[in-house]
Amino acid sequence: MSVAMVVFIVCGALAILGAIGLILAREPVHSALSLVLVMVALAVLYLMLGAAFIAAIQILVYAGAIMVLFVFVIMLLNAGVEVRTNVSRIAFWVGLPLAVLFLAEMVYSLSRHYAASGAPASAGAVAGPVPASTEELSMKIFTDFVLPFELTSILILIAILGALVLAKKEAS
Amino acid sequence: MEFVTQHSFLVVSLIKIAIVLFVVMTALAYLTWFERKVVARIQSRWGPYWVGPHGLLQPLADGIKFLFKEDVVPPTADKVAYLLAPFLALALALTTLALIPIGPASIGVLGQQTQLVISHSPVALILLFAISSIGVYGVALAGWSSNSKYPLLGGLRSSAQMISYEVSLTLSVVGVLLLAGSFDFYNIVDHQAGHWYHFFPRWEIIPQFLGFICYLTAAIAETNRVPFDLPEAETELVAGFHTEYSAFKFAMFFMAEYANMITVSCLATLLFLGGWLSFFPSYENPGWRWQLYLPAAGLIIGGIALIIGGLRSVQWNAKAVFPVLGIVCIGVGYLCTLTGPSHPVAEVIQGPFWFIGKVFFLLFFYVWARGTLPRFRYDQLMSFGWKFLLPLSLINLVGTSIFVVLGWHP
Repeated sequence: MSVAMVVFIVCGALAILGAIGLILAREPVHSALSLVLVMVALAVLYLMLGAAFIAAIQILVYAGAIMVLFVFVIMLLNAGVEVRTNVSRIAFWVGLPLAVLFLAEMVYSLSRHYAASGAPASAGAVAGPVPASTEELSMKIFTDFVLPFELTSILILIAILGALVLAKKEAS
Repeated sequence: MEFVTQHSFLVVSLIKIAIVLFVVMTALAYLTWFERKVVARIQSRWGPYWVGPHGLLQPLADGIKFLFKEDVVPPTADKVAYLLAPFLALALALTTLALIPIGPASIGVLGQQTQLVISHSPVALILLFAISSIGVYGVALAGWSSNSKYPLLGGLRSSAQMISYEVSLTLSVVGVLLLAGSFDFYNIVDHQAGHWYHFFPRWEIIPQFLGFICYLTAAIAETNRVPFDLPEAETELVAGFHTEYSAFKFAMFFMAEYANMITVSCLATLLFLGGWLSFFPSYENPGWRWQLYLPAAGLIIGGIALIIGGLRSVQWNAKAVFPVLGIVCIGVGYLCTLTGPSHPVAEVIQGPFWFIGKVFFLLFFYVWARGTLPRFRYDQLMSFGWKFLLPLSLINLVGTSIFVVLGWHP
């Protein structure tokens, strides 16, 4: 077994454990930490696929910025332990079959791909060659995908303006 | 032995990690001694004096004390997060150092050339920021999990401050990236090679002076140090986020703070001060070969000073220890004069010598700032970060972009 395989298995297991912990933890901060674990484990997997830039951005944006704000808000509001209500029990019984269905679908499509090509499905087989370097990636974003990129920027701008409006109301 | 030859990369990396960890841990311990000594000198005191000659064994004594103190865990604390926080803080602070190269030379170990860095990545700078951005969790979790009022307030303050100043810190660096056109530390430093008018070094600090000022200020705030040490303002918050931590868990936060100090100083050196590049023109130029002997000269002069200072000292242990240290220094200094094709010692240590020298200067600057400046008030801190530092780094970024687009940059 190569070193890469060991790292893959460890990170995959950590990601799954983190995802399970996110759902099962009753304390909001523990849920948030589990999500951070998932993100960091995924970033290591990206790193092993040769996408160092994506891995770094994954950690920087999701684990380092968004989740920090989540934890910050949880601390600021001093959110207590999660309470199980009737609604959350209904959500559990509806969500469980859906999750099983989704898992079965994923296993089916991956195994069909494996049977057809005789090789494990890779990212390249699904979405074309993955840009390796930062230069290639930025060229793709600013030429082929410039419209979605700009639309995303506008979306974020709207969110910022919304946050400003909400904060203003609070003050007056 | 077969394992070693097959996985030589792994083995060499592990050896490098062990060496760096040992050196950094020792440096951390003596950085506390250095800080106490310099601040004491600024305030006309002696500082640590009695444990070993001139208090040189004080860090060791502190470490032993921390190990043997009672390790109190508050009964209302959230156990998992409470135990995780100091480990997270220290581990992440030390991990960032793996990405810092300290010299250009590569040396042959176990039949393969290896660089003077543990992990060489083409996106090293972003990876470094990514790792240090998770460091906030150590502080935030410590504050929250203690389940006590002062730590919670300290943790909130601290994480708010770190998030705010991280923006300015990252933006102030982008100017250098625009000029160098790469995230790789080797390319960034190579871009600063050469001299204006054959004498003035082309370090980024000159075209990016504004960026350097922003970086330095944001870095002090990011590492929670005076004058931005609001999270630990003892007159208001006892000790901030680590109030409820005792024994070695407290020492881990302490070490993480100093490790972060070293990291941001290394980063400033690489980005703005030319990394391992010499201040003078390359020693391969005729007439500049004497600088190969600078490290040796420094060690020998330091050794002589140690011998004389030790013999004139009042303390009997200083009289005994310092001359021996001085003789060792002179011996190592003699080794550093070995140059030429068979013993390229003087050439290999050129890079690390300049790099460590610059980092040391920045660390001194940190301690100097601590000894001189009073603490900010919390609202001043926030408005300074958002209303002054952030616009300043944005102006620097836009200005640099215009220069680069118009092709004016040197």
